[in-house]
Amino acid sequence: MNVVAFLLLCIAAFLGVAVLAVVTSHRRASTRIVYGATLLLSGMAAVAAFSALTGYAAAAKLVLPLGLPWIGAHFRIDALAAFFLTVVNLGGAAASLYAIGYGAHEEEPHRVLPFFPAFLAGMNLVVLADDAYSFLLAWEFMSLTSWALVMAHHHAPENRRAGYVYLVMASLGSLALLLAFGLLAGPDGGYAFETIRGSTRPPLTAAIILILVLVGAGSKAGLVPLHAWLPLAHPAAPSHVSALMSGVMTKVAVYAFIRIVFDLAGVLPWWSGMLLLAFGGVSAVLGVLQALVQDDTKRLLAYSTIENIGIIFIGLGLALAFRTNGMNAAAALAMTAALLHVFNHSLFKSLLFFGAGAVLTATGERSMDRLGGLIHRMPVTSFLFLIGCMAISALPPLNGFVSEWLTFQAILLSPDMVQWALKIIVPAIGGLLALAAALAGATFVKAFGITFLGRPRSDQAATAMEVDRFSLSAMALLGALCLAAGLLPGFIIDALAPVTQQFVGGAIPSQATLPWLSIEPSAVSGSSYNGLLVFLFITMSALMAVWAIHRFASRALRRAPPWDCGFPDPSPITQYSGSSFAQPIRRVFLAGTFATGETVSMPAPGDMRPARFTLTLSDPVWERLYEPVAGVVSFAALHLNKLQFLTIRSYLSLVFLALVSLLLVLAIWS
Amino acid sequence: MGHGLTFDVAHLLGGGLVLVSFLMITQHRLYALLNAFALQAVLLALSVAWQASVQHAPHLYITALIALVFKAIIVPVGLHRIIQRLGIHREIETVIGSGTTMLAGMGLVALSMTVMLKVTPTADPLAREDLAFALSVVLLGLLMMVTRRNAVSQVVGFMSLENGLVFAGTGARGMPLVVEISVAFSVLIAFFVIGVFLFRIRERFDTVDIEALDRFRGERR
Repeated sequence: MNVVAFLLLCIAAFLGVAVLAVVTSHRRASTRIVYGATLLLSGMAAVAAFSALTGYAAAAKLVLPLGLPWIGAHFRIDALAAFFLTVVNLGGAAASLYAIGYGAHEEEPHRVLPFFPAFLAGMNLVVLADDAYSFLLAWEFMSLTSWALVMAHHHAPENRRAGYVYLVMASLGSLALLLAFGLLAGPDGGYAFETIRGSTRPPLTAAIILILVLVGAGSKAGLVPLHAWLPLAHPAAPSHVSALMSGVMTKVAVYAFIRIVFDLAGVLPWWSGMLLLAFGGVSAVLGVLQALVQDDTKRLLAYSTIENIGIIFIGLGLALAFRTNGMNAAAALAMTAALLHVFNHSLFKSLLFFGAGAVLTATGERSMDRLGGLIHRMPVTSFLFLIGCMAISALPPLNGFVSEWLTFQAILLSPDMVQWALKIIVPAIGGLLALAAALAGATFVKAFGITFLGRPRSDQAATAMEVDRFSLSAMALLGALCLAAGLLPGFIIDALAPVTQQFVGGAIPSQATLPWLSIEPSAVSGSSYNGLLVFLFITMSALMAVWAIHRFASRALRRAPPWDCGFPDPSPITQYSGSSFAQPIRRVFLAGTFATGETVSMPAPGDMRPARFTLTLSDPVWERLYEPVAGVVSFAALHLNKLQFLTIRSYLSLVFLALVSLLLVLAIWS
Repeated sequence: MGHGLTFDVAHLLGGGLVLVSFLMITQHRLYALLNAFALQAVLLALSVAWQASVQHAPHLYITALIALVFKAIIVPVGLHRIIQRLGIHREIETVIGSGTTMLAGMGLVALSMTVMLKVTPTADPLAREDLAFALSVVLLGLLMMVTRRNAVSQVVGFMSLENGLVFAGTGARGMPLVVEISVAFSVLIAFFVIGVFLFRIRERFDTVDIEALDRFRGERR
């Protein structure tokens, strides 16, 4: 059987499971049955997609007599789709495995169970679609099912607000994509991707399409300034859904961007790469700065997703800029870096959301300032969360380092480009990327340190219990994959070669043949990286350090005066808190211009009330962009409302005038 | 010569429709308005019958018959009786003076000619002229609906607009009969419904001036 047919069957089975879940969701056992089924289906789909990626021969396609009658529903799998389907289904399988355990704590399973398989089906369908109609239908289906999952705990007012904001942003994105496809299809309405690929369009149209797609896919992926829904919606959803939305759905948006801009849009103006670089750089830095100051772990992770999407878009922007300059090898390097980061981010972001969910299950707390000391109560979760933190902070030998290193390698090739604007902006973007990487390190030191180290700051944290085996095995699976992808990046890079060959006309030389698992991505710069060597060195030196400490340092019993190290108060509240950890960076980067305010109210001498420190955080995008737009919209709505109360003759006259003026336009310009 | 005659007669009848439309928009008395409307319907029936014989499309004769029976007889007679029973046959009202209305109507005819001749350069010349006339009749009907305050004259304006649509439809070859019949019936039903409403409005407000409806809704003019 054809791979496409098999994947479509999997999607149909997902929808079948969703229907089954509607019927049985009141039963106790249905949680395990539904997630078990989605685990099985995602696993099979992931294997099928991966085999299509590695055994890539020709694009398989299928046309079903559904959808618009004169088009039909086209489905196709090429190397790009196969790669993204692997990412989607791997994430789906991990989330399903995790949810077998985690879902048991769900209070209202009938609000989650039916939508989870449908959400997976929608994401698969977006990647498989090969005509604009099926694509947009699947895209809307994905948005709506994920919205239903965000609204799962709708009793809390902030979750309802998150759902509302998400719905508005999703509609905006869909509108932009709809217009983009309208321009792509042209006046003849050729909505099949194959027809679109075959047609040519003027550069101005291509530029408008690029901007529309940047809005449409960017709002789903979380590019600044269209990111406002992510930090609201991701904490609102159940944790396995947050993992899917953050780790996988944003990648589907990246897929949509690559598919339209690199594949369908044709020749783009030279500044389009610069546009992507600017948005990517701003997203990376603003995302991570906001992440650093958050107190809620899931919100921190959502902002960190914005940062990583920024890194991916920097890679894509470089690829576009190199492609415009005809530097195919460099473009292949940049695109490989972006795609590898897509894969890596889906792994470690899912892992981190699972960890946050485990902590939430064990303690019922999302605020870091009420956690602490969990490494003693939840040792396995702590270890796996630490792996995720190291991976996302781009520490070798884990996978995050490889993709960011490749992005930097691509940046170092930028002086060969022709345009001076690009020559100047790309190193600046490199600076932003370096800043973002460093701040990401600080962010995850905070996320891990405040949550798992120190002493418990609340009773819930003090009495937490390790989570169930299913959750732990899902996290362990992702942690192992993070390590494997860090040690063996050459194989993934080789698997991505057909994708880059297809879209930028070049590929990184084969890496699997290099000795000792090294990677050497560019023949020009000649730099290489060996994850295995770094891993061995770190392991050996760590073991030797441990041995040396135990051998020489702590063997003898020591007696010392009972000095309390300046730590006389045994109350856990005297520990470093998350906001105090972030304070220096917050003051340097976020004070004044950004809407973070600190107020300290000191009691006068003799006054008995306690001193208070209040920290207010808000996203500047809300005040600078969203509120003015909302103001304009409500102003217009208020004034257009008068149109509702005209007399009958005025309505007739309006219709008449509209008709006459349209005819006039026709008479003058036709 | 045969083609020339075809063209001339069709042109004559189409031009007649537009001319009667002009008669209607300046006609202030309701009975005279109804007579003009009946005349337009007769012209429409003649024109459709001519098209039937020219296009060798026998089903168009049915359309012509429908136009003659419904529009030239039943609707005018019915409206005549309504006016009698409402006792409004003396009422005169326009919002805009007849000179201005006339000028606006001429502008609309010029507009529809320009548009139609411009957008259909490759079509059959007879169909082009027909479409231009039809669009003029439609626009003049709309103009009448906009400029009148009396509900009966608005109904007549609507029916005249529909005449234009039927004229356009028969000018185009191959329009199915079922479409025309359903249009004719919808007009008839609209006539019934509007007739009933006229009496209801009259009962409640003692007038069929639609300004009364606006006042009832609490609106200022």
